[in-house]
Amino acid sequence: MGEPPTTGFDAEAAVDEHGDALYSYALSRLNNPASAEDVVQETLLAALRSGKTFSGRSSARTWLIGILKHKIVDLIRKEGRELPIDKVADQETPEEEFFDRKGRWRIKPVEWQVNPLKILEQKEFMGVLFQCMEHLPDRLHRLFVLRELEEQDSDLICKELGITPTNLWVMLHRARMRLRGCLTENWFGAKQ
Amino acid sequence: MRTCKEISKLVSESLDRELPFRERMAMRGHLMMCSLCRTYSHQMRQLRSVLKKASDAEAPTEKTLPEEARRRIKQALEKEE
Repeated sequence: MGEPPTTGFDAEAAVDEHGDALYSYALSRLNNPASAEDVVQETLLAALRSGKTFSGRSSARTWLIGILKHKIVDLIRKEGRELPIDKVADQETPEEEFFDRKGRWRIKPVEWQVNPLKILEQKEFMGVLFQCMEHLPDRLHRLFVLRELEEQDSDLICKELGITPTNLWVMLHRARMRLRGCLTENWFGAKQ
Repeated sequence: MRTCKEISKLVSESLDRELPFRERMAMRGHLMMCSLCRTYSHQMRQLRSVLKKASDAEAPTEKTLPEEARRRIKQALEKEE
């Protein structure tokens, strides 16, 4: 206790100050409380080890979220390698729900009455959007987060997770179909 | 003539790669004639832009780091210091 700390990053204070925000962010990507807690811990450890210091609260937050993003992507890749996701046949197929046997729309798409970009600031809409994502099956959720939220390159995802491009496209399509359906039902449908 | 089901797949795929010429043409042709797939395609693009924006959002939903995890993390950090 005698010597003053050499780093300017007060790790313990950071847990109190940024813990909830980091955890919320991680949970929205990982869908699993234990994994979310782990990446928050790794993020703060990495921050501590870097020995960096920040004057403002918001710049510290931005920096920490940046580290967290990397930790999340790493974890998804690691889990993806341990739990192969190329069994497309296993996936429930929303196609059957939306199309008839002749490939025609069974549930006809209806134009959303509000441009979702315009209401993105609304907390409720954001909440529904992330809830709809949470309802994706685990493996679809993982792929979808990598591709759409962390904006990873398709080729890279295929390589990292050991799946073929065709499988990736099929699964992303399914995820998007589900998400579109969920948003229509739980947000846009209600507003129409 | 491809079905709406097939076209919906191509529309999604076009968000992940550049479609080969034939597929691209098939998709465009179909979209010109089919308003349902047009709506779908429009929503796919809206979804893409919304997610792009959402990915920048700091904390979409506010959750609280469980007390036990908070303690555990602090202990891990203390060990490191």
